[in-house]
Order: sequence, then structure tokens, then C-alpha cells
Amino acid sequence: MSTLATQLPENSAGWKLPYRGKVGMACLILAESAIFTIFVVAYLYYLGKSLSGPTPREVLETPIFYTICLLSSTLTIHIAGKLLESGRRVAFLGLWLLTLILGALFLYGTGQEWHRLIYERGLTISTNLFGTTYYSLVGLHAFHVTAGLIMLTIVLLFGLAGRVGQEQSARIDVLSLYWHFVDAVWVVVFTVVYVLGR
Amino acid sequence: MSSDAIAIQTAEATGRPWVATLHEWVTTVDHKRLGVLYILYALFFLVIGGIEATIIRIQLMRPHNEFVSPQVFNRMFTMHGTTMIFFVAMPILFGFANYLVPLMIGARDMAFPRLNAFSFWLTAFGGLLLYFSFVGGSGLYGAGNAPDVGWWAYAPLASRAFSPGHSSDYWTIALLVSGFGSIGTAINIVATIVSMRCPGMTLSRMPLLAWMNLVMSGMVLLAISPLTAAQIMLLVDRYLGGNFFDTQAGGSATLWMHFFWIFGHPEVYVLIIPCFAFASEIIPVFSRKPIFGYPVMVGATVCIAFVSMSVWAHHMFTIGMSSYANSFFTITTMAVGVPTGIKIFNWLGTMWGGKIQFKTPMLFCIGFLFQFLIAGLTGIMLASSPFDWQLSGSYFVVAHFHYVIVGGILFALFGAFYYWYPKITGRMLYEGLGKLHFWLFVIGFHLTFDLMHIPGLLGMPRRIYTYEPGRGWDTLNFLVTIGAFVQGIATLVFVANLVISYFKGRRAGNDPWDAWTLEWSVSSPPPAYNFASIPRVASRRPLWDLKHPEDPDSHYE
Repeated sequence: MSTLATQLPENSAGWKLPYRGKVGMACLILAESAIFTIFVVAYLYYLGKSLSGPTPREVLETPIFYTICLLSSTLTIHIAGKLLESGRRVAFLGLWLLTLILGALFLYGTGQEWHRLIYERGLTISTNLFGTTYYSLVGLHAFHVTAGLIMLTIVLLFGLAGRVGQEQSARIDVLSLYWHFVDAVWVVVFTVVYVLGR
Repeated sequence: MSSDAIAIQTAEATGRPWVATLHEWVTTVDHKRLGVLYILYALFFLVIGGIEATIIRIQLMRPHNEFVSPQVFNRMFTMHGTTMIFFVAMPILFGFANYLVPLMIGARDMAFPRLNAFSFWLTAFGGLLLYFSFVGGSGLYGAGNAPDVGWWAYAPLASRAFSPGHSSDYWTIALLVSGFGSIGTAINIVATIVSMRCPGMTLSRMPLLAWMNLVMSGMVLLAISPLTAAQIMLLVDRYLGGNFFDTQAGGSATLWMHFFWIFGHPEVYVLIIPCFAFASEIIPVFSRKPIFGYPVMVGATVCIAFVSMSVWAHHMFTIGMSSYANSFFTITTMAVGVPTGIKIFNWLGTMWGGKIQFKTPMLFCIGFLFQFLIAGLTGIMLASSPFDWQLSGSYFVVAHFHYVIVGGILFALFGAFYYWYPKITGRMLYEGLGKLHFWLFVIGFHLTFDLMHIPGLLGMPRRIYTYEPGRGWDTLNFLVTIGAFVQGIATLVFVANLVISYFKGRRAGNDPWDAWTLEWSVSSPPPAYNFASIPRVASRRPLWDLKHPEDPDSHYE
């Protein structure tokens, strides 16, 4: 090139900015919140507007056990992250596995509920507005749980291979941020579908 | 030291087979190359969208014209709108953001380079998917069939019953896919600006371009996501037999309108805010003054972002909302004019008393200022719900939003091309061709879009296939079409300038405009690593400080 780069005063210490992974995940959560908001609005807007049955009151049963599973997994993943930060890798893996099991249990619960609704109650996504909005909202959440479980499994496999150490702690925190979000969304979905919606 | 490294690279490049170069571009994660890819991709679709616009205008040139069939006409305006918004305006602005933001904040790349490449290719394949509908829109049944449901695909028109075949599915999935690309890029821009600034670059010293792209990206996260959600719902309706927008099962067509416009109106600001950013960088440099009212400019941008999230239903005054809703959306829509007015005032304040240089980038920015002001004024007119009842769905509205998008967004974009082309290619664009481009485009633009307001006021509905003679629309429509051709010729001049200057243009050097932001401190084009050593800044105009050590900005800020 014909020209040299202009010389500017150089770098110095004492300049610290937020970790980009965390900022990126926060942005993703913002975008996801907007998506969920639209589905929640649709659910609430169509509440009680179905032209035919079944209605939420007739068929829905509150999944208390599975909700407890999912909500306690937010605690286990948090503690797992803290353990990794202090370098206790085996304890981290144990709690990580527990988080994974709790998440999988929740997903099993959703599957069981859907099976019951479809085969016993005859409620499908095309039955009525309730079916459409219910399966979309709960399904969107279940999709996010599934995505989270896949990522948790990948970390578990890396952990079992001995590749997850203290230095990955910041990245693990980014993933647990996502998992906290999935749990927080369930609080909203649970309130809307099983408390307000009936 | 840095210049040697680049010289070796270019020497290698000349001897390599083109497949290797192609491979390098396809697999690149460099923000500058991805920026260029975004821009080239958008320019390609600009030509296609322009051809569609020309077909629409030829059809409307005279009454009872039969240049294309009504079905083709419907496809043309659907594809024109969708292409121009999603596959021209968005990618071109993301391209500039990609290229400029890391350079302006003193970073070596975006925060997530691979996510950046992934987002680009999502957008790229989204566009290809949309255009594949011309071939595969009817599936295996026969010839292709582009979507013809309008760019907003109102329910129930987009449902299975009224839009058979797969054309609407291509539309939906193309927007869904490119929407994911947009969200990825927005995440990337925010993370880059928050986490990758060079030492000393506090938020209050950041170039306005970075500030406005930060706000724009935040809006993308909140505005594109509702569209994504709505598209998922539409797919559920079309493929799984859902009832979201099926009025016969109790669903609501109005809900789709709300969801679409919760995306649709902020989208306008997503497009215009980066153009404000271009104006805020170009006008000070060619007025030889720092920007007037920097903090107010930032505040006004954030304010626009907030207010514009609550104006969407002014697109829906005619559906019969309650009078409270009408009043609310009238007031918010008028309120968004206030921070926008502050911005225009600040740009004028920057020019006031400056030594203005009327180079091509500045000409386009001045055109932008005046035209955007007029576009805003017709916007205020339409914000008033009783006025809108009269003119909603008429050519007045078409004229209004083209005034925003062409007169505002496109003019600022042309300015940005003339301003940053030397940085991107190392060559200056020809001033003579640039001025010819500007004046031809101004004449064509005003011929088309000034006159287009009048048939709207006379009652010409938008999307009309043809019309009866003798309603006072004939001459106007003819002149509007002539203007469209003048704009087309001006665009050809622009493209010719881009191509000729790339090979024959004057060498630009690092800093052809005597500008003040960090991108002008590196060579043109910048090396792959941007900065040999990460700079440290002490004011909003680091290069001014460097050029005038006796009177640096850092003494005053």
C-alpha cells in the first residue's frame, strides 16, 4: 500500500468492558422475550374465544411436579456455575447432570400432557383457538427447553472429557443465563396458561 | 510495518486462481469482507427491485394499459416491497454497520465473527428462497408463482383458502430466515459496541454512527422478533391447520395487522436511524465543524426508538378502532416528529457558519435533509386520524413512504457510498459523474414522488391494476413514470461510477476528506487486522487531536 497507517496513541491498562458473551446472550434474551410476548398476547387475546370445545377448564391439569423440576434446575445450574468458578470440577459435573435430568423430566412432563390431551381429550392444534394458541405457546417454550438441553448435554460431554475447567467459567455463565431465561419464561407461561387461563 | 504485510498479501492475490479467491470470500469471517458482501448483495437486489418498480410504473403509465396481466402486477408490487425492505435496505445498512462500526470504535473485528458470517448467509439464502418462488412457487403442479399477497400479507388473504400453492410459504419462510439473520447481526452489533471499544472510547466519545447503530440494533431485537413470531403463527395456520388468523374459527384478521405493524412501523426507524448516522458523520466533515449538540443527538435517537415502538396502529386507523386508540396513536405519531425535528435542527446547526464544501456526499446529505423534512410533514398529516380515514390506502400514502425511503433513506445511502467508497476500495469516485448522478436523481425523484401525491389526493387507490381515463390521473401518472425512468438512468450512472472508479479512480490515501474518526487513520482499504496496535482516544474526534496537537478537542469535552 502506498500509505502507512496514521500513528495514534496506543493502548494502555485500566480499560475494562463487559464480557461480549454475556452482552450477546442478553440481546438474544431481549429478542426472545419479544417473540414470547407476541405468543402470550395471542393466547390471552383468544382466551375464551374458541367456537367449540374443549376449553382449558375442562382439560388442563396443573403440572406442579414438573414445574418444580424446572424451577429447581435454575438453582442447580447457578450453583454448578459457582462450583466451576472455584475450580471444583467433579461437583460441577454432578450438579450439571442434575440440571440436565430436571430439564429432561420437565420435557417428559410436557410430552405426557400433550399425549393425554391429544389421545384422551381429542385436543389438537387445529381443534379450536385454544388448541392453536396452547400448543404454540407451550410448544415454543418446550422447543427452547430442548435447545437448552442439547447445549447442556454438549457441555456435559466436554466436561466428561475433561475439557471444562475454571477458564471456561464465563462461557458456562452465558449458557446458564439462557437456562435462567427459559425458566423465567415458564413462570410467565405457567401463570398465563394454568392460572389466569382457567 | 503494517504496510509491508499488506503489500505481500496483494502480491499473492494476483497469482492465485479465482477459485481460491472465491473460497476465501465464501468462508470469510472478516467484518469488512462481510460488509462488502452485504452491500453487493443488496445492490444486486436493488436492481431487481428497481426492475419490478419499472414494470409497475409502465403498467400505470396510461389508462387501460395491459403491459402485464393483473396477476403479474400483484406479484410485482408484492415482490417490489418485500425485496426493497428486506433484501435491499436491511442488508445494505447492515453492510455499512458491519464495515464501519469496528473501524470507528477501534476494534479489530465484530464481537462474534462467525455469527456475523452465519447471519449474512441466512439473509442471503432468505433472498434466494423468496426468488425461488418464481420457479417453485406452485410446487410440483407446474410453473412458478411468486407471492401476490402484498408486502404485509394481510389475513385472510394469506391463508390456504385464498393463497393456494406455496408462493406465500416462500414469502413467509424467506422473511423468517432473513429475520433470524437480522437478529443475529443486531446481537453482534450491540455486543461489538458494548464490549469491543478501544481504550478511552467512552460512550460519550463514541462516533454518532456507532451510537445510532447501537440504537438501531436494539430496535431490531424488539421489532423483528414480533414479525418472526407472526410468521411462525402463519406457518402454523398454513401447515398444521391452526386457527390464529382464521376468522371462521373465531380467529382475528386484525391481530395479524397488529403483529405485522408492531414490526412494520419500528422497521421504518430501523432503516432511517442508520441514515441519520450517515448524515451525522458526513455533514460535520463537509461543514468543517464538529456536530452541533452531540448529547442531544444521542438523546433524540433513543427517544425516537422508544416513541416509535408505540405508534404502529396509525397504519390501521381505517379498521375501526376505538376513539381512545385513535387519539393515542395520533398523539404518539405526532410526538415522534419532535425528536426528529431536533435532529434536523442539529444538522442545520452544524452547517450554520461552517465552511461548507459541496462535494457529492454532502450534496446527497443536503438532499436528504430537505426531502426527509417534507416526508416528515406528510407523515404528520397522515398521523391525524380523520385525515388518514380519507387518504389511507391511496397513492398519497405511497408517495409519503417513498418520500421517506427514497428521498430520505436512499439519498443518505448514496451519500454514504460517495463518502466511504474511498475507504472501502482505496479509490475516489468521480466527482463529475457523482454530481450528474445527484442532479439526475433529484430531478427524477421529484418528478415521480412530488406528483404522486396528487393522484392520491384525487382518489387514486394504491395497488390498483389500471384506471379509467378522464379522472385527472392520466397526465400525472405519465409524468410519474417518466420520473421513474430518470431515476433509473441516474442509478445506471451511479453503477457505472462504482465500476469505472474501482479500476480508474484517483488513489484515495488514508484520509481523503480530512475527517476525524478512526476509520480514516488506517490505510484504504484497511488491512485485515484493521489496527496494527489498538489506538487510545481522548475525545470524539481522535484524528482532529492528532492533526492539531496545539488545540485538541480533549481540552473542551
